[in-house]
Amino acid sequence: MADEVLFELLHSELVSYVLKNSEKDKKHGDLSTLEYVGFSAGYRIIERLTKEWPRFKDELDTMKFICTDFWSSINKKQIDNLRTNHQGVYVLQDNAFRFLTRLSAGRQYLEMAPKYVAFTCGLIRGALSNLGINSMVTAEVQSMPACKFHIQVQRI
Amino acid sequence: MNTTVFNMAVCIAVVGKENSPKYISCLHPEQELQFQLKVHTSLDVVEEKLSSVGKTSGDVRELYLGLLYSTEEHKIFGYVTNTKIKFIIVVESSNTLLRDNEVRMMFRKLHSLYTDVVCNPFYIPCDHVISTNFDTTVKNIMTGNA
Repeated sequence: MADEVLFELLHSELVSYVLKNSEKDKKHGDLSTLEYVGFSAGYRIIERLTKEWPRFKDELDTMKFICTDFWSSINKKQIDNLRTNHQGVYVLQDNAFRFLTRLSAGRQYLEMAPKYVAFTCGLIRGALSNLGINSMVTAEVQSMPACKFHIQVQRI
Repeated sequence: MNTTVFNMAVCIAVVGKENSPKYISCLHPEQELQFQLKVHTSLDVVEEKLSSVGKTSGDVRELYLGLLYSTEEHKIFGYVTNTKIKFIIVVESSNTLLRDNEVRMMFRKLHSLYTDVVCNPFYIPCDHVISTNFDTTVKNIMTGNA
């Protein structure tokens, strides 16, 4: 579908734009701007996505929503695996992460991967933040199109 | 005997996550202070309803909370989104024509209106709602023209 390509192209342009600027400011490889753009987008988008949704029971219920509906509305697929230690750490695994499937599946561009997952980390963090869960989201890419998102919920 | 035209609502308010006021609009601006008091009083009832949902999980998970409380001249209805934004609508008690379904519809409209405001990239989420489009549509909801 055409509109999916638009988002992918816009995202890759955003990545290269942000990185070019960070090089200019001598902050080499600074991904925080990208993460913040994601945060803002996630914060806003969740307001609309949860409109027709019954109230969430608890944290796990919210996380399941992120893995299924939230993920499929953005990435056209669901998270492949959700794991948790029931103490505020969640690991979301996507075996074919959208922004990485276009890159080589080998090890060639492995060091480029963090640039393409920073936006999505922010997106998850923003969505959770608006739902009342403060968290820290990091990503881990071991073999190319697969990606693991680690969510650490911050308790007060 | 009664020839006055009934309004759908006399006051609509939006309250933020941490119970900070985001927006309030009244049909008669001179009564705003009185309504602010009523709206903020009703927040306790909202809190109570929300916490009781948590205990008897799976009971009422609807966003619409129904009637919060009623006084001699006003009825107060509440609605809380998943993102903890509270919508409060104050209706005149004498308005017997108003059904539960219509109140629900008003909240539904209000909610989609609010999501549009949040999706505006220039709107900072904790700020007051100052959109004129939001304001005029809310006024239309109150008079029943929306």
